[in-house]
Amino acid sequence: MKTCLVVDDSSIVRKVARRIVESLGFHVIEAEDGVEALVHCKKAMPEAILLDWNMPVMDGFQFLGTLRRMPGGDEPKVVFCTTETGIDHITKAMGGGANEYIMKPFDKDIVMAKFQEVGLVEREETAA
Amino acid sequence: MNAPDYEYLRKLLKERSGLDLSADKQYLIESRLLPLARKAGLAGIPELVQKLQGGSSALITSVVEAMTTNETFFFRDKVPFDHFRDTIMPEILKARAGKRSVRIWCAAGSTGQEPYSLAMTLKEMGAALTGWRVEIIATDLSQEVLEKAKSGVYSQFEVQRGLPIQHLVKYFKPNGETWQINPELRAMVQHRQLNLLQDFSHLGTFDVIFCRNVLIYFDQETKINIFNRLARQIEPDGFLVLGAAETVVGLTDTFRPLADRRGLYRPNDSRAAAKPAADSAAPRMAIAGR
Repeated sequence: MKTCLVVDDSSIVRKVARRIVESLGFHVIEAEDGVEALVHCKKAMPEAILLDWNMPVMDGFQFLGTLRRMPGGDEPKVVFCTTETGIDHITKAMGGGANEYIMKPFDKDIVMAKFQEVGLVEREETAA
Repeated sequence: MNAPDYEYLRKLLKERSGLDLSADKQYLIESRLLPLARKAGLAGIPELVQKLQGGSSALITSVVEAMTTNETFFFRDKVPFDHFRDTIMPEILKARAGKRSVRIWCAAGSTGQEPYSLAMTLKEMGAALTGWRVEIIATDLSQEVLEKAKSGVYSQFEVQRGLPIQHLVKYFKPNGETWQINPELRAMVQHRQLNLLQDFSHLGTFDVIFCRNVLIYFDQETKINIFNRLARQIEPDGFLVLGAAETVVGLTDTFRPLADRRGLYRPNDSRAAAKPAADSAAPRMAIAGR
């Protein structure tokens, strides 16, 4: 089973995200800031990281930079999930090594579409 | 919903749009028509049916539109767009190298996600299409849907379903809570109101026809009729793209499926014999007034 690390300082958002990501067939671990997320990544690299931007201690963008310089840190697919919806933020995130970008609020359809986009989930063809 | 009301709506939809609802689609009618009834100040479906029977043509149009509008997303199913980029366009680039023009028809263009996805795919091809005349005609039954398609304005939810984030940044501009596709892409698509049950020969002939997830609503006879008429609007070396749950197999021999390319069809050579000779002589851009 693939693992997804959900990084968000809001326990409510983590809970919602956990439910969605688990329904997509992932084992979920949680972290509430970038530093905690790095601890998890040092132990074992997850296949996927759903990453908030604004968090205390270490924000998502700083975390991403550190992750990508770690050994094996280029492997996880990183999907930002943030209230920052400006083009400048999106461009900065993608330039910093993110694979996809979700603008909050999000739902299962969006997470699934983005996970499909980066190859974490297989596509199902829809009929009607 | 009572049986006579359901039967009445079923018959009305069949006549007006070709939509062929099976006997168990009450929930679909209720979920789509109840909001419409309320908007019209009516208490429920029985009152709506009563009003329809009284002959309110504006209301009939709204009912047909509400029942035939489908949710859609950018690059829906992805595979057809990969086929478009990797199979269809390379062939067309060769076959039309002389006249450098390509005509594409989205026969169920809905709110625009499909034609704009094709437009983005073509843009991504970059220099290969420099100097080419590209026409994408998007048609839909519903005027309301066409207005939305024309505006190119989508909610934050809509732009996150199927659209890669790089495409959002590259081809859209934020406008408050919504996103609008840029004018250059909007200009690549022409939007027209069209009922597939009616004559569409005035649209001219096409190199590629996308007709996805619309024929599933029609009965067999109507499907055959539409396939045969589509065959007359497609170039002999053109491509037809159908939805994942659709096929021509067992319905018509005017098209044949392509091996290993699910959803892709090409006109059969035999089609030429069945086709009135006058068609091939018709000017390509002939667009009759309606």
